[in-house]
Amino acid sequence: MSFEVPDDRKYSSEHEWVETTDGTARIGITGFAQDELGDVVFVELPDEGEELSQDEEFGVVESIKAVSDLYSPVNATVTAVNDALADQPELVNDDPFGEGWMLEVELAEDDGLDELLSAEEYREQIE
Amino acid sequence: MSLRKPPLREAHAAEGASFTEFGGWDMPVEFDSIKVEHAAVREEAGIFDVSHMGQIEVGGPDAADLIQRLTTNDVTELGRGDSHYSMVVDEEGTILDDTVVYRLPEGRDAEFLFVPNAGHDEQMYDRWTDHRDEWGLDAEVENATEEYAMYAVQGPEATDLVAEAADDDVTDLSKFEGTDAAFAGVDCWTARTGYTGEAGFELVVPVESAEAVWDLFDCQPCGLGARDTLRMEMGFLLSGQDFDADENPRNPYEAGVGWTVKLDTEFVGRDALEGVDAEGADEEFVGIKLVDRGVPRHGYDVTDPDGEVIGEVTSGTMSPTLDEPIALGYVPTEYADAGTKVRVVVRGQSKKAKIANTPFLSE
Repeated sequence: MSFEVPDDRKYSSEHEWVETTDGTARIGITGFAQDELGDVVFVELPDEGEELSQDEEFGVVESIKAVSDLYSPVNATVTAVNDALADQPELVNDDPFGEGWMLEVELAEDDGLDELLSAEEYREQIE
Repeated sequence: MSLRKPPLREAHAAEGASFTEFGGWDMPVEFDSIKVEHAAVREEAGIFDVSHMGQIEVGGPDAADLIQRLTTNDVTELGRGDSHYSMVVDEEGTILDDTVVYRLPEGRDAEFLFVPNAGHDEQMYDRWTDHRDEWGLDAEVENATEEYAMYAVQGPEATDLVAEAADDDVTDLSKFEGTDAAFAGVDCWTARTGYTGEAGFELVVPVESAEAVWDLFDCQPCGLGARDTLRMEMGFLLSGQDFDADENPRNPYEAGVGWTVKLDTEFVGRDALEGVDAEGADEEFVGIKLVDRGVPRHGYDVTDPDGEVIGEVTSGTMSPTLDEPIALGYVPTEYADAGTKVRVVVRGQSKKAKIANTPFLSE
């Protein structure tokens, strides 16, 4: 089974994606990750203003069958949380790269983006 | 150790199923999605491959005596073709396994069939043969687990599906009644049993016909994931999780299945259970609903409102039917009434919860 891996963003080896526009960024999990998890039933996210460090845990996603930690792909500060996930966690399954986004962040000066995988590299990882 | 495989392991894989180790078996956990499969069983029908369940056949002149002395329910109540739910307990009254005991029709080599949980078939075979020898009973015991596939067809449309698939008429069977009926030209033990809370049938299928019979059913294939959420909504026990002779020893009264214990019969563990019945169990198996957001899981602490640990979640999930977090577990009897406020500790956070009646789904 092959999964969509959009070229317009970068990826962590822990299956998070980052889409950047002018110093701000959106973070979510990949199509591959949501498929591995199965039906997502609960997402626990940090509050606005929290600082995230690359590779550190920032939240939890629960599916019917498993609990998984979420790891920040970048160094950043949370500026918005996708409130829709509180009532519709299934958006993570239905549209992981779009409506199922999790956080908007302001990237730190040392954001760590260079350490992430390109779409091509991430595709190789999940093949 | 290599995993035991159901006969259709490769066919399920080709259908896109994902697999999990369960009781030493490599079983399909999900074909489509747990939510989709769960909803199919509640609203239409689904078919489960439950070939990991054991098959122990017991025959001979003393077959009934042997079953009677090794299970808690009263086997003399069973007519030919009847079955009941029963417990296998040790001398202390601790549950070793839960099972359905079927009394088979005339003309079979064996008079009884019982169905131990995944990975318990060898232990139960040894228990039956050791006690038979010790008591000098004349009974044949056969572990036929590898000779059969077992399927559960469950859901409101299951009866129609089974009626269409069967060469014989099975629609007049009542709950817990079974018969030998032909499917794809092969006799299968066919009983109106299951573990989802829905109407349905279980078929015990000779292994060489495993694929032909599976293919007769045009309904949602379901994995162990949906089986687990369905049985949790009903408050049904899962062996190895809600009770486990080593890690979570429980007697039938604690586990909420005291109704399967017939103290006026003679069986191993009877005296111990008579004592428990007289004194009352200290703890009870209860339903729990989270009031706060979060998902309760096996092993999470249950506390009183002050944070004192009083028990443990043994099974928990987000109920696909109710879209609410539900759990099963043990609490001291004084906390066991429906509505009692408790807490469940979800990854370090104390979540408001309350004791709830089971089944979680109202009839």
